[in-house]
Amino acid sequence: MDRNLQRQVASMRKALFDQGYLDEQFIQLEDLQDDANPNFVEEIVTLFYTDSAKLIRNIENALENNPTDFERLDDYMHQFKSRSSSIGAKKVKTECTQFREYCNAGNAEGCTRTFQQVKQELATLKRKLETYFEIARQTCT
Amino acid sequence: MEGSFSSPRTDSFPAGLRVLVVDDDLAWLRILEKMLKKCSYEVTTCCLAREALDLLRERKDGFDIVISDVNMPDMDGFRLLEHVGLEMDLPVIMMSVDGETSRVMRGVQHGACDYLLKPIRMKELRNIWQHVFRKRIHEVRDIEGQECMEEIQMMRHGSELSDEWHSFSGGELNSGKKRKDFESKHDDKDFGDPSSSKKARVVWTVDLHQKFVRAVNQIGFDSEFTKTCFFDVVCSYHETEFSDDFHLYLAEVGPKKILDLMSVPWLTRENVASHLQKYRLYLSRLPKDNDLKAAFGVIKQSDLSSQDSHGSLGLQNSLNTQQTDAASGIYGISGNKPITQNANPKFCEGDLKGIVSVPLIESKKATIHDIPDPPKASSSRTGPNHTFGPLEPDVKYGRFDSPVGKQYSWCDVPQIQFKQEHKVNLQIDNGFNHLPSVSSRPFTREREKLGYMDIKPPYTKCSNQQIRQAIPIGSGANSFHVQSESHATSYQAAEPTLSTTTWSMKNHGLSQIFINNMEAAQRNLILGSNSGFASVDGDLLACLLQGDRCTTNVELLNKESLNHNSQDLFVETPAYVYDAQRFDYEYPLETMEYPVIDQGLFIV
Repeated sequence: MDRNLQRQVASMRKALFDQGYLDEQFIQLEDLQDDANPNFVEEIVTLFYTDSAKLIRNIENALENNPTDFERLDDYMHQFKSRSSSIGAKKVKTECTQFREYCNAGNAEGCTRTFQQVKQELATLKRKLETYFEIARQTCT
Repeated sequence: MEGSFSSPRTDSFPAGLRVLVVDDDLAWLRILEKMLKKCSYEVTTCCLAREALDLLRERKDGFDIVISDVNMPDMDGFRLLEHVGLEMDLPVIMMSVDGETSRVMRGVQHGACDYLLKPIRMKELRNIWQHVFRKRIHEVRDIEGQECMEEIQMMRHGSELSDEWHSFSGGELNSGKKRKDFESKHDDKDFGDPSSSKKARVVWTVDLHQKFVRAVNQIGFDSEFTKTCFFDVVCSYHETEFSDDFHLYLAEVGPKKILDLMSVPWLTRENVASHLQKYRLYLSRLPKDNDLKAAFGVIKQSDLSSQDSHGSLGLQNSLNTQQTDAASGIYGISGNKPITQNANPKFCEGDLKGIVSVPLIESKKATIHDIPDPPKASSSRTGPNHTFGPLEPDVKYGRFDSPVGKQYSWCDVPQIQFKQEHKVNLQIDNGFNHLPSVSSRPFTREREKLGYMDIKPPYTKCSNQQIRQAIPIGSGANSFHVQSESHATSYQAAEPTLSTTTWSMKNHGLSQIFINNMEAAQRNLILGSNSGFASVDGDLLACLLQGDRCTTNVELLNKESLNHNSQDLFVETPAYVYDAQRFDYEYPLETMEYPVIDQGLFIV
């Protein structure tokens, strides 16, 4: 049983990397996890999602403004991208970069579209990670 | 405590390196904290730049290095970087997810010692101690270079003085190294050749930068938009908006002129030029909205002081006098309020014509500018008025008023500055209450680094320059920051250090500054008129040495023998101190002088 679970966790983890959801930063987080902080990775991910929620809201509001303040949007997205890099959210980061390109081009529609992608990737990753942590926790107990 | 670098347990360095991490990203903050702890560093985290600055100021010498993100909501990372660099002179590492060359370049331009890209790897953090180490090394070299210069200058001012100083320094040196350096240099008879002195690459220390800013501001003084500009500059610390005029003003300022004003012998025009470029960049990135509300208040006050400071100054003066030793310290006469107060009136009455020691108040450029012209009444308002505290606000600046004012400007300046700068509190009154509480660390550094300023300015600029130069803290931002601390604590903290470093001849900076200032002041005193300041080295020295009416302010004040005023005023330089001692000064010079110097250094 345990071994099965462990295999499951391992393959889940591998998939996250293989499918491009996570990058090396996630491994760094795992390396930092130790006896002093046994749930370090999960803590960081939780922090990320909590912290970035506000930023997401800000971007949403800014997108609704007319005329679009691209500079502000770019600034927000820059911050958000920085946050995404903390957990190694690879796909999310990619969308962020795309978003910023649209900002630079002054393409409001492109920004809005890409932002939806950002949110989608965020949600997907969150789901996957939650499942992953859940199962990983079970292997420990 | 200094970082482990200077601790006896050097073998454990870099373990225990005290790092301050500033990032609004909580996740990164946590990650970096964990990583740094794994490197055996002592970590403090902060998610707000403002908080970080407060923390740094609070815990002076409490950190070895700062790591900060570039993009932060409450303050631009580059801004923080500059503040830290200027105020605390700590190495700062910038980090960002954005690795664009332009950004990285900006970081370097603003003084970052490194620029890390997020996601940051642990191995990148392991070696950050090198920046701390490097800085320490350079500081030592820088000090040595400056000391050498100062020694040379000392020699130029007369061998007796040097001898006095030399013998005196034997007991006063706080650093054996310095003594050794001095002695060896002394023996080398190298003095006449600055270029032969050991000179490290030019490190723009806080001290040096302040001199630079002072010089820049002084030039700006002469320009019309200086008033507003300087306030803006000064208030930049408080992030008040920046007048576009300032940029224009800066365009007029030339490195040569700045170099001349700085009077740092070993500095070259090229050094100044490149630094000016950086400074321009720094200024250019300050917020440009013309929100003069904050700045305006300050400006107003300064204008007020400059135009009709008497009334306000009177108020301020009383406030000043109510200040603790800091105030008197500023006066450089003594740390005693009463003395200062007494002195004020006397000074006023005395023949202070010559005294033009106008403290350099960044924010009060306008006033200071006026100060050099004694004939113009109320020019030196802010300065003098303050110091005169109880003294009638309506001090006629006439002849002696302005000099008087100027003299006190030493004290006043810092006070005034603080007032304006302190937490964007434009009330001059409050400013006084915020006498500089220089953190011991920067303070010490200031003193050590205080360059020798050979002040021989034209009369009109003399006092200003002297005072300005004497005050290491040139830029408003810098000085204000430092000074806005609770002066009580810092002041006290500074005193002991002062005694050890300030008065040692090795501590050229301060001493020199004082000497220079005093010389100029003395000269005026001697001349007993508002006539221009001639170069004041030889004559003043002679006068001082003779002890003929050459008493330090401290002595003067202490004894309240203000009859000598003109001569005794502001003669508080190490040289003079020694002379004073020779001439039977009664008060302990150290206690007297230190506060002065201390104040002088940090106040302005």
